[in-house]
Amino acid sequence: MDNVIRRRTFGARLGRFTLYAVLVLAALFYLLPLAVMLITSVKPLGEISAGSLLALPQSPTLAPWLKAWGEACTGMRCEGVGGYFWNSIAIVVPAVLISTVIGALNGYALTKWRFKGSELLFALTLFGCFIPFQVVLLPMAQTLGWLGLSSSRAGLILVHVVFGIAFTTLFFRNFYVAVPSELVSAAKLDGAGFFRIFWRILLPVSAPIIVVSVIWQFTQIWNDFLFGVAFSAHDTQPVTVALNNLVNTSTGVREYNVDMAATMIAALPTLLVYVLAGKYFVRGLTAGSVKG
Amino acid sequence: MSLSSSLARPAGPGTRRSPAAALQAWLPKLVLAPSVAISLFFVYGFMLWTFVLSLTNSRMLPSYEFVGFAQYARLMANDRWWVASTNLVVFGGLFVAICLALGLLLAILLDQRIRQEGALRTVYLYPMALSFIVTGVVWKWLLNPGLGIQAMVRGWGFESFTFDWLVDPDMAVYTLVIAAVWQASGFVMALFLAGLRGIDDSIIKAAQLDGASLPRIYRRVVLPCLRPVVFSAVMILAHIAIKSFDLVVALTGGGPGYASDLPATFMYAHAFTRAQVGLGSASAMLMLGGVLAILIPYLYSELRSRRHG
Repeated sequence: MDNVIRRRTFGARLGRFTLYAVLVLAALFYLLPLAVMLITSVKPLGEISAGSLLALPQSPTLAPWLKAWGEACTGMRCEGVGGYFWNSIAIVVPAVLISTVIGALNGYALTKWRFKGSELLFALTLFGCFIPFQVVLLPMAQTLGWLGLSSSRAGLILVHVVFGIAFTTLFFRNFYVAVPSELVSAAKLDGAGFFRIFWRILLPVSAPIIVVSVIWQFTQIWNDFLFGVAFSAHDTQPVTVALNNLVNTSTGVREYNVDMAATMIAALPTLLVYVLAGKYFVRGLTAGSVKG
Repeated sequence: MSLSSSLARPAGPGTRRSPAAALQAWLPKLVLAPSVAISLFFVYGFMLWTFVLSLTNSRMLPSYEFVGFAQYARLMANDRWWVASTNLVVFGGLFVAICLALGLLLAILLDQRIRQEGALRTVYLYPMALSFIVTGVVWKWLLNPGLGIQAMVRGWGFESFTFDWLVDPDMAVYTLVIAAVWQASGFVMALFLAGLRGIDDSIIKAAQLDGASLPRIYRRVVLPCLRPVVFSAVMILAHIAIKSFDLVVALTGGGPGYASDLPATFMYAHAFTRAQVGLGSASAMLMLGGVLAILIPYLYSELRSRRHG
């Protein structure tokens, strides 16, 4: 009897060990690119061609980061990705705020002020989440031209708001559906208006979904490349487009350390958001895809 | 819900409403109107517009000389389009299958009361926060035969080790699979883990009392419960695959030659750099068709289950 128990615990221990080994191996697979990116970005160029991918830097330097930020060539110009980083921020901030506000009001109207056909309107808007954007690129280019917004930051903000509304409306609608309607009905009987009810009853409970929506929109727009490359010019490119240009600029020696530093710069804002608010990030990703 | 809407509209026949009350009744619709207009114009209008363009002989700029379905015929006769479409099937199929397998495996393993579960989850999921451009650039560096993984393993003493898929026309499309799986599999893990946590423990306990082994419980009891999650995951992943554009641009540039082109890069190249607006529009419409072919069955089942639930 004693023997049997000991053997089972040994088997269980072996199982536990394998379990952890597999999990840690998987973690290494996910971490490898980040580690290589970070290590390469602080190595002098000589160490890269001489040493191994994972060799730690002998004499770490921040020079590649400074060069990537301020001097590296992105196509014809050699001003680094710093300016494009600010472009991205100037596009992302207004686009996120506007699309979130519109989404919140839409979600509120669709759930607490239902009218005949409101569900149909919701379904109609929802379709915008699913289209491949290739199907709107050419008309969008022409429309931006007519509006005088070609290759401008305002044009990119418009594009991101237009195609972000479908998502933000979905988030808020699904959230407000679960908020009890009794308070709203009572307020309506008391004669409170549309905006007053929103301001006093819905908005105070909306913090979590606002965070989800802001994070989702921030990551989507920051990481966008398709709209950025199609609708921007040299002065207005977002950082993803500049990064791609930097990596593909083939003048002189390839500076892999600068490439990796620029990649880190482009990745840091969304990584930071993920680390600080991962829970909400996951909630945005899974919104509507897992029925709770 | 119906209670609140009937309360909101007390007006019967013959009731007079003040202008302010009438405005209040219209406010929700007024608030929704811009979004609906935007959706009608920028989504539905643009789809129609692209369809119209695909019926014209537009080259550098849109022209409205109609040529019927000639652009679709040209597309069907275009070797590069077939390479791109075949690549999408290979890339999409492998990407979805590997993400599902890896995601499910990691979720099941993580569900065994693991220490540091939160930290591991964070590590598995962080690539999803990155831009596909970032992912593409990093993997291009790792897969670069001269200085990347191949060089590293050769440096360990395995002199004949070869891993040069990035520059091999037959294998380049698989590098897209590696990078995309790296980026999205953690997300699938999160979906499955949420699904696993949602399963009623008592079902599993009952199966355990019946003496069923752990693998058997997973196969017979747990997996069937996860079917809706699999369905959603397939739908999201297939959607990512069809839209994949940035990853190709950053990782392979569609090359060598056009060996790793996908429809999204084909469309962009023809519509924006090769002055073939008509042909590009036709390829965009076929991409839309692909998305609809996945989406419609999904929405149908989703709506049905909602009506029953």
